[in-house]
Amino acid sequence: MNGRVAVAMSGGLDSSVTAWLLSREERPVIGLSMLLWDRSGEAVHGRCCGALDLGDAKRVAGQCGIPHYTLRMEEEFRRHVVDPFVDEYLAGRTPVPCTRCNTWIKFDLFLDRARALGAETVATGHYARIVEGRDGPELHTARDREKDQSYYLFEMTPEQLRRIRFPLGGMEKSETRRMAREAGLVVAEKGESMEICFVPGGVREFVEEQAAERPERFAPAGGAAGAGAGPARIVDREGRGLGHGEPYYRYTVGQRRGLGVSAGERLYVLGIDAGRNRVTVGGREALAASGLEGRDLHWIGAPPEGVREVSVRIRSRHPGVAATVRPTAAGRRAEVRFAEPQDGVTPGQAAVFYDGTRVLGGCWIDRSLPV
Amino acid sequence: MVNSCPRGPVQPQHYNGPVTFAPRDRPAYFDHNATSPPDPRVVEAMVPWLGRAANASAVHAWGQAARDAVERARAEVAELLATEPAQVVLTGSATEANNTVLASCGRLAGHEGRIVVSAVEHPSVLRPAERLAADGMELVTAPCDGAGRVAAEALLAAAGTGTRLVALMLANNEVGTLQPVGRVAEVCRERGVPVLCDAVQAVGRLPVSPAALGVDYLTVSAHKLGGPQGVGALWIRRGAPLEPLLLGGRQERRRRAGTEPVAAVVGFGVAAALARTEGVARRSRCEALRSRLEAGVERLGGRVHAATAPRLPNTTHLAFPGVVAADLLIRLDLAGFAVSNGSACAAGATAPSHVLAAMGLEPREAAGSIRVSLGPGNDETEVDALLAALGRESAALGVRPAVEEVR
Repeated sequence: MNGRVAVAMSGGLDSSVTAWLLSREERPVIGLSMLLWDRSGEAVHGRCCGALDLGDAKRVAGQCGIPHYTLRMEEEFRRHVVDPFVDEYLAGRTPVPCTRCNTWIKFDLFLDRARALGAETVATGHYARIVEGRDGPELHTARDREKDQSYYLFEMTPEQLRRIRFPLGGMEKSETRRMAREAGLVVAEKGESMEICFVPGGVREFVEEQAAERPERFAPAGGAAGAGAGPARIVDREGRGLGHGEPYYRYTVGQRRGLGVSAGERLYVLGIDAGRNRVTVGGREALAASGLEGRDLHWIGAPPEGVREVSVRIRSRHPGVAATVRPTAAGRRAEVRFAEPQDGVTPGQAAVFYDGTRVLGGCWIDRSLPV
Repeated sequence: MVNSCPRGPVQPQHYNGPVTFAPRDRPAYFDHNATSPPDPRVVEAMVPWLGRAANASAVHAWGQAARDAVERARAEVAELLATEPAQVVLTGSATEANNTVLASCGRLAGHEGRIVVSAVEHPSVLRPAERLAADGMELVTAPCDGAGRVAAEALLAAAGTGTRLVALMLANNEVGTLQPVGRVAEVCRERGVPVLCDAVQAVGRLPVSPAALGVDYLTVSAHKLGGPQGVGALWIRRGAPLEPLLLGGRQERRRRAGTEPVAAVVGFGVAAALARTEGVARRSRCEALRSRLEAGVERLGGRVHAATAPRLPNTTHLAFPGVVAADLLIRLDLAGFAVSNGSACAAGATAPSHVLAAMGLEPREAAGSIRVSLGPGNDETEVDALLAALGRESAALGVRPAVEEVR
């Protein structure tokens, strides 16, 4: 391919090195940054959405000798990523906004905009690999297992994979930084951005601030108590009250610290009842699940016939466990059974299916199945 | 060539990798309302002063030579404005000049009373006006019509008793619409209300005489008329009060402290002289090029905003239905053509335009508009190349021409 390639540049280390690597190749490259969440008034650093980081992106593009442009996508980002993030917390779930951003923004809208600008191919700084397989392009884990971001990419399609390049997928993070240093990129010493890019402080504060800003959008729906819920009632598995903590949307299933109540044993969040502003807690043994039910089942390639044996990861840092996936509801939903019980099946997180290093697909966790 | 594209044979700063950008056409610059490249004669005049000790306030020979150069330049600027040199205060920019007048007015008014500004003013007028409002003054914004023209009567109706300043620009930077400054100033003069006129886009492109306009303060930028960046001017009507914004030395008759940047001031003077002597020719040339451009745009299915309003001779604001202007601008840049779509925000993305919003354009329409601003360096070949690129790039974004080529 000799067509123009567009690099998505956030101003962070990884996308900067991606741009630099591509600018060494014999094909036209343009750098594109997305203005996703402009809170120019707030001093933020090391975050992918801030105007400050986009200034770094422009400086790196200058160092690479490539043209650079910033595209405004704030409305779309709010609609597809931020609002659903708030919705999920208010529904008592724990969302994965990075996956939604990849699915709806980076590999959908951004791909479209890049095409409108004459770039058929798009490169990003994700740590994952795209491998040409027998039946088309396959998504695989990164060589650097510590940095692997394939979990966040399970909703991709073969059409997208054909147009995308992940030049860092075969590199160690340390190599990336070494390259940035050798190239003299201005971001070479920049730290990792681990938090959610658009949440400057705590999730609870963010959810409440958003709900207060647009009460009509975040009016309590579906029986949820909403952002004005007040302290949640903390109960044990038998429904006995143990006290009051923070509002329910502050909690995550599997969470241990900061419950706001104490008992003889170590307590974990077992369930969140958004409608009643109630959080059920219990001992670790009660956290174990034999499987899960998920929605929006997605396969990157052709869906398998019947039950598929996979290794499933139920959160980004989960090592994976052998499981069977049984599509239900005409393939829209899935029932996943683990080979051995797993702790912390958290509604709102993604269950991502692997075959070795290959990402097969995944679904969004609705509920856990008891042991 | 002054308009050579900066990205032509640029090499990366740290590596000698391949040049990844190759303009298809000879690059051409059409963003003169943002900044205009200095005329070579301006640069030539400036160069000696860049290598010289030149404090115009110093007593010695070096200082005297610098003073002479500054005053010659001031006289040229005054000549361009058909006024006296003593009425011209040199500033660091037109932004500074606008800020100075608004801050002065607020201070002289004890931060009481009313300020009236038009909705299409430059941010260097609007933001200081908002600060005065925060300091306790009443801020009234006068609306404009669909062509960006402010209705004099509506503005004057707001500028009654207790009004301490009216700010109305001579020509709008985004659309190019001329404003009824003379009419407004005439009535304000009767009422004793001072008028600030931001004439940045007009000076050098149209004959401008602040005295004939009847305003009290008028601001100018050197780099919009072929001079260097970093210098502007504030014209003050004889007898109009001014509280300096910058305090310090006694430069500029104590109206603006700070050592005069002699090289920049010299460049400003030469640019002003060229604008005066070559202005008529530039203007007719510009108008002819613009007519050619706008006829071509309409053939391509584009629409020219404010086409029938009195406008600057060099500015065309246009839109192609259904096209995101940011995409068209990027495609044009990649093809070697510099145009603009309003002001850029901190991150370099295009910010929504307050001017287009004041004109009543829906956000979607406003996001589809681009500005082509011509300058003395443009010629017919460049305009034709731009039209060809506009046709090609807008077609790539899905536009069908209004008039099919006759075969």
